[in-house]
Amino acid sequence: MPGITLYGAYVPQYRISRNTIFSAVGFLGTFPSPGEKAVANYDEDTVSMAVAAAIDCLNGMEREKIEGLYLGTTTPPYAVRQNSGIIAGALDLQPNIRTADFVGCTKSGTGALLSAFDAVKGGETSNVLVCASDYRIAKPGGALEHLYGDGAAALLLGNDDVIATLEGHYSVSYDFPDRWRANTEKFEHAWEDRFIRDAGYTKMIPEAIFGLLKKYDLKIQDFAKIVYPCLYPREHAAIAKRLGADPSQIQESTLPSVGDTGSASPLMMLVAALEEAKPGDKIIVASYGSGSDAIFFQVTEKIDKVRDGRGAKKYLALKKELSSYEKYLAFRNVTSMDTGMRGEENAATSMSLLFRERKTVLSLCGSICKRCGTPQYPSQRICVKPDCGAVDEMEDYRFSDKKGVLFTYTGDNLAASIDPPAMYGLVDFEGGGRFWFDLTDCSLDSLKVGMPVKMTFRRKYVDEPRGVHSYFWKATPLSA
Amino acid sequence: MAEGIKNKVAIIGMGCTKFGELWDKGSEDLMVDAFKEAIDDAGIEKKDIQAAWLGSHFEEQNIGKGATALAQALKLQFIPVTRTENFCASGSEALRGACYAVASGACDIALALGVEKLKDTGYGGLPGSPNLMGTKNRLIGANMTAPGAFAMLATRYFAQYGLSPEEGKTMLAKVSAKSHHNGALNPKAHLRREVSVEQIMNAPIVAWPLGLFDCCGVSDGSAAAIVTRADMAKKFRADPVYVKALQIAVSSGEELMYTDWDGAHVETTVRAAARAYEEAGIKNPREEISMAEVHDCFSITEAVTMEDLQFSPRGKVKEDIDAGRFNLDGEQPIQTDGGLKCFGHPIGASGLRMMYEMYKQLQGKAGERQVKDPKFGVTHNLGGFPAMNVISMFIVGL
Repeated sequence: MPGITLYGAYVPQYRISRNTIFSAVGFLGTFPSPGEKAVANYDEDTVSMAVAAAIDCLNGMEREKIEGLYLGTTTPPYAVRQNSGIIAGALDLQPNIRTADFVGCTKSGTGALLSAFDAVKGGETSNVLVCASDYRIAKPGGALEHLYGDGAAALLLGNDDVIATLEGHYSVSYDFPDRWRANTEKFEHAWEDRFIRDAGYTKMIPEAIFGLLKKYDLKIQDFAKIVYPCLYPREHAAIAKRLGADPSQIQESTLPSVGDTGSASPLMMLVAALEEAKPGDKIIVASYGSGSDAIFFQVTEKIDKVRDGRGAKKYLALKKELSSYEKYLAFRNVTSMDTGMRGEENAATSMSLLFRERKTVLSLCGSICKRCGTPQYPSQRICVKPDCGAVDEMEDYRFSDKKGVLFTYTGDNLAASIDPPAMYGLVDFEGGGRFWFDLTDCSLDSLKVGMPVKMTFRRKYVDEPRGVHSYFWKATPLSA
Repeated sequence: MAEGIKNKVAIIGMGCTKFGELWDKGSEDLMVDAFKEAIDDAGIEKKDIQAAWLGSHFEEQNIGKGATALAQALKLQFIPVTRTENFCASGSEALRGACYAVASGACDIALALGVEKLKDTGYGGLPGSPNLMGTKNRLIGANMTAPGAFAMLATRYFAQYGLSPEEGKTMLAKVSAKSHHNGALNPKAHLRREVSVEQIMNAPIVAWPLGLFDCCGVSDGSAAAIVTRADMAKKFRADPVYVKALQIAVSSGEELMYTDWDGAHVETTVRAAARAYEEAGIKNPREEISMAEVHDCFSITEAVTMEDLQFSPRGKVKEDIDAGRFNLDGEQPIQTDGGLKCFGHPIGASGLRMMYEMYKQLQGKAGERQVKDPKFGVTHNLGGFPAMNVISMFIVGL
């Protein structure tokens, strides 16, 4: 029976406390609420977070074996230029695979998951990676600003070494306009909360779950964990009652700690459930958004083989507070900031160059000299090793999954940055190779010559007038 | 068998404008000003110049591409004119072209002129140029500025030689304080005030660990040299200055992409210097080189260069700095005209401005800043970043 073979998640490092938001814009009339939410760094977006979750998920898996990649999101950076294609490039997947973007509502993640299941079920395609990721911008001063968070999850679907079989599913689909955003708009609109709670969440999630129970002749008591997102804590509990479930069966909402991460929400919660699950556990996950997909899994004994630190839990220990609401707005480009005339310098991006160099740029692939064994980045035709110099004796060599050491660094107040000082340094890779990289998710005084680093896929720049979001890898300190 | 350039070329005239934020001077003005002084100094006429080399780096806001800008500004009558560019070593590259032209016998008298107009950028520091290191680098290059690139040299130097940030920054502050003292004595310099070590230490950070006073001035300016074959030099003046060595070295990419380089020195300087000393017959640079103008774009660059040029033992330049060795009244005066730091750094002109100072010093015309009985002077002109660069080194003497 096919199902989930690997799982992963990604929560960005920053948290902003709801109190900070309320102190800044509470004058507009929102209510204070507890907890905090996850906030992407200035160099992160839907695509970069999806890559991070995918890397967490694919730990130990050969990239060459992935035959498909689906992305579920409501916030794709591009409306035209396949976002899952960029993710596939970053992961250095083979070109002869299926890729698709599932967009339009917050059940896009489970939609992608069900399609991936259909692809592997027949046996035609093995190993399809599902990424669900959302970077949720809410209008400053509104209620959604407190609730929406950023994050991603990734699940590998396959037929071998399945850790949770996908036993069944039941979907309901409605044109339910509780929230909407036209293609040209920056912010979502929302209808009245009562409508969303009463006609939406508390009706549709139970409708999908009851439909599933009836279809497979199951009882709610059969399930170890029931996973569903809800923007309203009271209704989250009310749904449990309506289902006839015990509170102990309900997977903890991510709202107080990470926020509601849209398409990623149900799958991030599923990953959290899998991190604690035991063989034999049955798990239901139901999404929400223009209806609901309810899916039920059965955990196998293979789950114990993947207890290697993957998943969402580790991000709790790594979080850092973003104490400035103004920075939060600036990072998300909600307000226009003055980064000086130096910040206006904006050379064009050559698309033919980008495509030709896609392995260099997206995959962080260099070359290794077959004669002397020296890895080098970027790819060279003539070996960089002084007494080698072999010509055209190279093989591809992936650097994105290599650890490194920070050889030297600086924090630059002159370079244009939305978050000065701009930090960068020279990284020496384990096994060989060295190059300049921007540094991220760190403070200047945390940096030390010789500290271990790893590579992370980030949005390098946005060329607004030309509509280009350009991605590349940065180095970040390896957490202890 | 290649013979090298020792004693084959003589400089018979030089000119240098004031460097600074010259809002009322464009590139053409600067070229004409430097040229007038050089022609005057050489005692020749424009028509005697048979070939010319133009050094400039940021053509986007300066003179444009090609060499026509020099020919047009000076109205050079249909002679060969070539533009050279090698980052901040563009000026030395122009001088190299002129030197080899006369050394080869291709012509008798050649002009080298460097110019840069940096203050039309619109903001402080060098222009942003996202494509500075190539279009691929636009996609994969770090968000680097010049101060940041050299700051990494300092971070690495401190770590390698066990200097705390405080100790390291103090060492660098002494380098800059010394240059400020010399610049204050120089009427043509951009920055002309004394600054104390304490002021330097407390200055705002530009790129950690480098502060405001660790970074050279961003300036407009021009400098020019007229050269001829050594055996013709005495026809023009009694005190020509002879080129004893001329060496260039360019990074192969191994400092950046291979892991041997220790990040705390500049390999190109080491190699070019070794070849230059051999070419000139210098056996003990620390004892025999009287004075030098080096590429102090940042204080750390000067400090490290003292070791790379074999003036100080490797890892030990701090002792020489503390002892005042490189001060104007020290054993081996460096940056006697204030250097890039205070004279300023109009990129294309700098290599020639360095030569202007060595030329005047050797002729005894440096006034208050005169070095006693100089024998050999070095100019060291670096273009690029510590891990990817070109250095151009001249040794001159009487």
